[in-house]
Amino acid sequence: MNEGQGAGVAATAATSAPFRPGASVDLEFDTFPKLLKRNAAVRGTRSAMREKDYGIWQSWTWAEVAAEVRAIACGLSVLGLRRGDAVAIIGDNRPRLYWTIAAVQSLGGIPVPMYQDAVADEMKFVLDHAGVRFAVVENQEQVDKLLQVWEDFPQLELVVYDQPRGLRHYRQDFLHDMANVLAAGQKFDSENPSFYDDEVAMGVAGDTAIMLYTSGTTGQPKGVVLTHENIYLTAINAAQQEGLTERDESLAYLPLAWVGDHIFSYAQSYVTGFCVSCPESSDTVLTDLRELGPSYFFAPPPIFENILTTVMIRMEDASALKRKMFSYFMGVARRAGANILDREPVGVVDRLLYWLGGVFVYGPLKNTLGLSRVRICYTAGEAIGPDLFVFYRSIGINMKQLYGSTEASVFITIQPDGEIKPDTVGTPAPGVELKVADDGEVMFRSPGVFKEYFKNPEATAETKTPDGWVHTGDAGLIDEDGHLKIIDRLKDVGRLVDGTLFAPKYIENKLKFFSHIKEVVAFGNQQKFCTVIVNIDLEAVGNWAERGGITYSSYQELAARPQVYDLIQEEIEQMNSELAKEQNLAGSQIHRFLLLHKELDPDDGELTRTRKVRRNFVAEKYSTVIEALYGTADHCQITTEVTFEDGRKGTISADLAIRDVRTVTAGEQLAAE
Amino acid sequence: MTVTEVSAETAAQPNAEPEGDGAPTAAPERVFDEVLLEISGVSLSFGGVVALSDVSFDICKGEIRAIIGPNGAGKSSMLNVINGFYHPQQGTITYKGNVRKKMRPHRAAAEGIARTFQNIALFRGMSTLDNIMTGRLLKMRRGLLWQALYWGPARDEEIVHREFAEHIIDFLEIEAIRKTVVGQLPYGLQKRVELGRALAAEPELLLLDEPMAGMNVEEKEDMSRFIIDVNDEFGTTIALIEHDMSIVMDLSDRVVVLDYGRKIADGTPDQVRANPAVIEAYLGVGHG
Repeated sequence: MNEGQGAGVAATAATSAPFRPGASVDLEFDTFPKLLKRNAAVRGTRSAMREKDYGIWQSWTWAEVAAEVRAIACGLSVLGLRRGDAVAIIGDNRPRLYWTIAAVQSLGGIPVPMYQDAVADEMKFVLDHAGVRFAVVENQEQVDKLLQVWEDFPQLELVVYDQPRGLRHYRQDFLHDMANVLAAGQKFDSENPSFYDDEVAMGVAGDTAIMLYTSGTTGQPKGVVLTHENIYLTAINAAQQEGLTERDESLAYLPLAWVGDHIFSYAQSYVTGFCVSCPESSDTVLTDLRELGPSYFFAPPPIFENILTTVMIRMEDASALKRKMFSYFMGVARRAGANILDREPVGVVDRLLYWLGGVFVYGPLKNTLGLSRVRICYTAGEAIGPDLFVFYRSIGINMKQLYGSTEASVFITIQPDGEIKPDTVGTPAPGVELKVADDGEVMFRSPGVFKEYFKNPEATAETKTPDGWVHTGDAGLIDEDGHLKIIDRLKDVGRLVDGTLFAPKYIENKLKFFSHIKEVVAFGNQQKFCTVIVNIDLEAVGNWAERGGITYSSYQELAARPQVYDLIQEEIEQMNSELAKEQNLAGSQIHRFLLLHKELDPDDGELTRTRKVRRNFVAEKYSTVIEALYGTADHCQITTEVTFEDGRKGTISADLAIRDVRTVTAGEQLAAE
Repeated sequence: MTVTEVSAETAAQPNAEPEGDGAPTAAPERVFDEVLLEISGVSLSFGGVVALSDVSFDICKGEIRAIIGPNGAGKSSMLNVINGFYHPQQGTITYKGNVRKKMRPHRAAAEGIARTFQNIALFRGMSTLDNIMTGRLLKMRRGLLWQALYWGPARDEEIVHREFAEHIIDFLEIEAIRKTVVGQLPYGLQKRVELGRALAAEPELLLLDEPMAGMNVEEKEDMSRFIIDVNDEFGTTIALIEHDMSIVMDLSDRVVVLDYGRKIADGTPDQVRANPAVIEAYLGVGHG
């Protein structure tokens, strides 16, 4: 589930939020293959999908997509795919992989998208647990990974690949080129013209539409089973609230295996008919974004943070006049921008200045970012720093937070237009009932609630009550306006030994908002005070170091520089003085910290594939470091194992300095004011 | 019914076996019998310094041929001889059946020999795309005036070549730096762009002078993959100089070893590895 904002644990204002009814299932088009046929009939000549290839945007209309899906489905059926079979789909955002999802659904199979950057060993669990029979993959990289573990999975029968490059000499008879599968499908279709339509007609709303494995911050991943009805209703409810139409545009660039991408880039496109574009490669997303100018955009906070960091770095290198203009108009934007977006009263002078700023700064800036045409811009996945959030809103981008989870088919709450508060995640989406349990846990019930965890009834029973309420595992509260505020993971909210509240996520998020800090892990539960392990942001700190004439040759060297320690220490002290102002959290000020010699990495198991810190794993792996943080030494020795991109392992060792940080007591705080 | 792919090219390779370990490099026991380039009795000296003395070997069509040897062994001189930059005092070079006496580098380029350099030689102020397009220059027929007008046949020609350049960009996975000025790129990427420019000339014989020098492990693996893929997809014959022995042994079909300007061994990686002269040269026993 998602993390959201938090700001102290005050007494709850309410325990449940107001309910708005949502849509009901359209009986004629109750599955996604049926929706595809509808789109091909209703808006057959409109663009459904685009992909940048060979430097040019190639596009497919709904009618063409329907034909491709039909051919893939027939081809897979020729290869032996039957109803109920699980099909792994692995690769970047490629049109054919999205079409494969629809093709598998057409045949009543179960698509199981998997994270494309997982190493072979990590794929084992899902392949085995889902009982995958077929795999449809993007390219040689994925084929190689499957071949590495091939012997372990007798139930895995064949692999279809989209890009034949480099696979010419692979002799295995279970490898199939997608082009051949398509050709065989078309031939079969011309000989059995009613086959595909009959298969699609057999699908019903209650069938499993997709199985998505949650990346699991703790324990093994769980296969969340979502039905066509779950996804259809959630997608259409949110689309109606936001007024999405077939004229919208979006960019599909987040992992296929992530529920958000499935809803934003697949389900909502099928439901409303808007066009989804695939970037040229994962490295070109920002360029493609700029060329495309989507109207509907989604990104987790780290991406917005990266974009802002890049802007700030480039501004620091700009000429003095430009810097002056930027900082002046950003001041105007902070004062007036968000209010103008929310249609609140703003003075004439500020309005005029804001308009000027639009001409000179915000307009060109939004254009550079590719966000000129954005009408709805979601962020979720974790908390977004209030300053970051306000920055985007102030330059006129309608950025909104939402709160959701795989178990909810994404949407639980959305910030409604005109009621945006940086520290809440909004009100329940249509059709969602929301309440806060006595222990502070957020619970919801909606048409999007998952059917079950695949082959895991115990976990299903733990998470979902018999009457359909789902435990989110998040601690939160509902404020007087019915907005949900998330504090932390319920199990992560801890206490210091003196009983002071310790909300690690809250501290980490506050620190991560400093552009020099990329990742933070806070410790303090059952300890005397709080400490943090910090990852610096190589790009931002590197640039800072360059300007200050500090030399370095690697991340490790840069992170060990005393000047960099000074920089981070200053930022932590700044946060401490901010924390001191919040009565519940003043005790959570940081006393000691160190800069880690390597970046936390999903390949080393320290982050999940969606880049969330796996707290317990980190605590265990760096236990010597944590002991030292709570000791008195000013440095500690550590050796860690790292995994290279090709799966090989090596070790790096380092001697890490530990610094004490000044904290602010309540008395000092008063004296300062 | 089946949709298994058996293309004409793959069927033509009788000895390729299924590889269950999932880490296929060049297919084992590839057979090459058509000689593309033959060097015989080549000697080259600069004043009193002997760079090459009586070196003979051949490069077969479709193979990956490595030239190895300690520093100063004459490897780069050998590439320069092949590509027409140096003219040997003795010996002959037979390329595609024609015996060459003297050749200028641009003639070599026109006959299908392209190369990359030990020290990157790109146009640093131009974008990746433009650098790759320069590799197409020899294929463009319209003159300066037509090009400047960018109209009619000149434009059509430009579009054809641009498409070719885009295929190379896609092949080398450098889409993200298509419009980046080359001078700003990290070293590993510049090497890749240089390979792209060489490929743009659609060479039959590609000479790579230390394509992996100064790269980290991951960059080396990427580059090896591209070299194998170039050989595989386009059937380009490749002659490369490289210092990293493990990579040379994995990549190449045959290896020729030079030491002090003389050929001391020639054969498959296994044969070369077992050759006492090579071991001696590399362990430095004879050189004190």
